[in-house]
Parts: sequence; structure tokens; C-alpha cells
Amino acid sequence: MNREDFPMLKNDIVYLDNGATTLKPYCVIEKTTEYYEKYSANAHRGDYDISYKVDMEYENTRDLVRKFINAKHKEEIIFTSGATDSLNKIIFGFFGKYLEEGDEVIISISEHASNVLPWFKLANELGIVIKYVPLDDNLYVTIDNLKKVITNKTKVISLAHITNVIGDVRPIKEICKLAHSIDAFVVVDASQSAPHMKIDVQDLDCDFLAFSAHKMLGPTGVGVLYGKKELLENLEPTTYGGGMNESFDSPDEIYLKELPARLEAGTPNIAGVIAFGEALKYLENIGMDNILAHEQKLRKYLIDKLIKIPHIDIINLESDSGIVAFNVDGIFSQDVAYYLNKYNFCVRAGSHCAKILKKGVGVTNTCRVSIYLYNTESEMDNLVELLKDKEKILKEML
Amino acid sequence: MDENLKREIMLENYMHPLNKEVVNDNTYIKVNTNNESCIDNLDIYLKIENNVIKDIKFMGEACAISTSSTSIMIKNLIGKTIKEAKEYITNFENMVEEKNYDSNILNEAIVYNEIYKQNNRKHCALLPYVGIKKILDNYQ
Ligand SMILES: Cc1ncc(COP(=O)(O)O)c(C=O)c1O
Repeated sequence: MNREDFPMLKNDIVYLDNGATTLKPYCVIEKTTEYYEKYSANAHRGDYDISYKVDMEYENTRDLVRKFINAKHKEEIIFTSGATDSLNKIIFGFFGKYLEEGDEVIISISEHASNVLPWFKLANELGIVIKYVPLDDNLYVTIDNLKKVITNKTKVISLAHITNVIGDVRPIKEICKLAHSIDAFVVVDASQSAPHMKIDVQDLDCDFLAFSAHKMLGPTGVGVLYGKKELLENLEPTTYGGGMNESFDSPDEIYLKELPARLEAGTPNIAGVIAFGEALKYLENIGMDNILAHEQKLRKYLIDKLIKIPHIDIINLESDSGIVAFNVDGIFSQDVAYYLNKYNFCVRAGSHCAKILKKGVGVTNTCRVSIYLYNTESEMDNLVELLKDKEKILKEML
Repeated sequence: MDENLKREIMLENYMHPLNKEVVNDNTYIKVNTNNESCIDNLDIYLKIENNVIKDIKFMGEACAISTSSTSIMIKNLIGKTIKEAKEYITNFENMVEEKNYDSNILNEAIVYNEIYKQNNRKHCALLPYVGIKKILDNYQ
């Protein structure tokens, strides 16, 4: 749908790497330019008209994000440089202070590096213990399996809402209920869910949530850190500088601003944040439910065809989102991606930054197709056509 | 060399690479070589006696170019002295980087003589050489 809104699609490409990043509609691109052409000033600083305009626009996006994820308070929305930055701030700024030696954090083996490495670092620094929830046969996280790894030392459960390899939706609401019953916190990596489905942080009752604008039609370099207000109050800034302090006279006289400014030191990505607002409006206009339904329908359409090809091995037959991970029998995933590239198909080969997944499921590398709202049935037809003939792949991949 | 023949040689070495096996023998020196920008990841095992390369084996996952290049490299390096091996490697690198090289000593490896046309694949062809050089450069 809406293909005419995306200038990149005029370049004769079939873009199927939406898990990595997404294409931008004209309205987002134009909003970026509008900032640079019409009110290119800093935020929270000047006392002149265009600077005021910047503040209005910037804060307007904060309100749009608040509505988008149904947060209770505007100051629960912190702008960062991306999901990675958000997760690092949450993990080091909050849990780095809160956790003690021997405390346990539960993650899964299909987490993205940015929801693994900061925890590993804390494990090295504080002596916390990382535990992995076992995945079921479909590589899903279940409440029963979670219960198996929870102990009285469990302090945090940190999981992707949707994983970037398998595309399964985790039962976050139930996970939060379970976690809170034992006084543990839940961190949600929503990088792959916020672009594709309705998120309601109050309904989920998660404690922290992170996502990136660029995976949801927005600009690169912008992310969101959501946290419950009372928790954010205790999240220690990991960056200090301008824009976040009230006054400072000496090391023992530092006064910081209230939320959200306290956690947004330095000049932010103003153009990016403002343009991100347009992306959110654009998505809301189509409707998140319609977007997810479109992706699921298209995924089923593709799977039904791929499954008939004997040399195609589908890794995630079951999945709730628009991700299809597969391999061509006997051919390295990257060679398949190179082959498809010759026909201007953009698909991703690799372990998709979930490098520890290979430990658990024996799948080292895959080709990943990740669908978004602008993908079509005819693109899927063409993809299947290219994958149907193994001899052709072998002949043309080099 | 004809395009199709080149492709056939690469494919043959990809599908049936020489000496692709796990080594559990401590007379071999092991080195890992991988690409930052992609997912190729190979372990190379080298056995040297009296300054002569007696055997090379490898294991891991890599694309058709990397795998075939490793297989062809192994065929060419076994039996060479360290000095000869280094000369061979320099020649190969020169070919990939479009510098002057001596095609006579490269044998089958000249199938990559046009790999420079695909800039993003050059590092694939070079991958095993990066690993083997780490061993040879440190070998006393
Ligand atoms: C599940 C998940 N978490 C985190 C990230 C990191 O996002 P970013 O690189 O935008 O910070 C990604 C992006 O690939 C992701 O898929």
C-alpha cells in the first residue's frame, strides 16, 4: 500500500530488509528539509521566534510518541539516538546502580546484541548472573518456560517484544504480570514491534521500553526510551552537559533539570525528532492494525509458495509478524543474498545481530525477508520465481 | 580464461572444497579469519615442517567466493616453502588489487582475476590469505 509515497521505490528495487531499516515517505523527508530551511535553530535555548517554533515542533513529537505508545506522562518519553542508545541508558543508568552481585537477569538467546552486550558488561562489572529462558520448538518464549528459570534472585526480565530473526511476538503483558509478582522489572526491546503493531505501555505494564525511529519510516539517529516516571526519576544520566543541568558551581553543587531534559544532554537530533513526528502521524493514519494485518497476509502468501519449493528450508514456519528466515539447501545465505541483489532484491544474510542464537538452534546464518507496509504480492511472486530454480542460483550467484 | 570455466572452477571448489575438515592435532597452527562487513568465518589449520608447508586444512562457514578461494589457496600452498608461499600470496593480492602480478605462479587462482569488478567481493577472495598471513608472519 501507499507505494507512491516512497521515493526510494522509484529506484526499481524490491526492498525486503525492513528489519534493518525502512524507507522514508515524502512527508518525513520534507519535514526534515522544512526544519533546515525554515526554522533551523537550537531547541530549549533562544528567545526568538524560530527557536520557539523548534521547541513547539520538538515537544509535539514527544506528545505524538506518548500517544503512540499510550504512555501516561509526556516526561516518560526520552529521545535518544536509537534503540541501542536507549537500552544502554536503561541498563547502565538504572540497572547499573540498582543491581548487586548475584542478582539474576533473564534474557533469551534470540536477543539483539544491544540487549545482550550491555548485560554482559554488567555481569563482568557487578557480578550479576545472566540466565536464558529456554525457547520452545517454534523458538517462542512461553510463560511456562520463563517460570522454569525464575528464582528468588531474578531482578530483571529483558526481552524483545518481537525478535529480529524469528519474528515471534512475546507475551509481554503476561510476562510483566509474572515479573511484578516477584518484584522484578521488565525491559522491552520494541525495535521490531513498534513499527508493526499497536503498543500500549500502560496495558502491557512494562517498566522500560526502547525503539528506533528509522525502523518505522522515521529518520536515522533518533530513538525512544520509555520508562515509568518513578523509575526514570532514578535513572542516572549516562551523559552530562548542556541542556540537562539547572546550575553547577562545584562538584558537590550540581543541580539537574527535571525529566525529560535531564536525560537529554547536548543538542539532540532536532531535525530527526521533528521529522519522526510525521512518521508517527503517517503510521497512525494507516492504522497499526492494518499494517500488521497486511504484513501477516503477505507473509502467509510468501510462505505458502516457498514451502512448495523443495530446496528451500524455512526456519520460522510459525511467526506472528512479517519476518521469513530461510536457507537454500547447500548454498551459503550470503550467496543467495548476492544472487538476489543482481535482480535488485534487498534481503539480509547473516545472524542478524542475534549471534548467540546459533548456540541454541543450530541455525548459524539465514536469509531474512522482512516485510513492511509498502511490499506487495507481486514482489513476493517475483522473489519466489527467482528462488525456484536452484541451478539458476548456483549459476548466477558468483 | 572463459567466464563459464572460471565459474565452474569456483563452484567446484565451493561444492567440493579441498581439505575442509576439523583438525584435532596440535602439530597444526590454528588461526581464525573473518570479515567485519559480512558473515564469513573460517578457521585455518597449518602444519609447517622445516620451513615447508606440509598441510593446510580449514573449517567454518563462508560464501562461495571465500570457500573456493580457500580451497584453491590450499592446493597451491601445500609443498611450498614459507618464502615461496609469501611470494604467492603477494602475487594473489596484487591481482585482486589490480596491481602488477605474475600470473604464471598463481595457477587456478587466476579465476579471481576480475574480482575487482565487484568491489564488495574482493575481501571474500582475500579472506583465507588474511588468515594464513597471520600465521606466516609470526612463524619463526
Ligand atoms: C530487536 C532489535 N533490537 C535492537 C536493535 C538496534 O536498533 P538500532 O541499531 O536502531 O539502535 C535492532 C536493530 O537491528 C533490533 O532489531
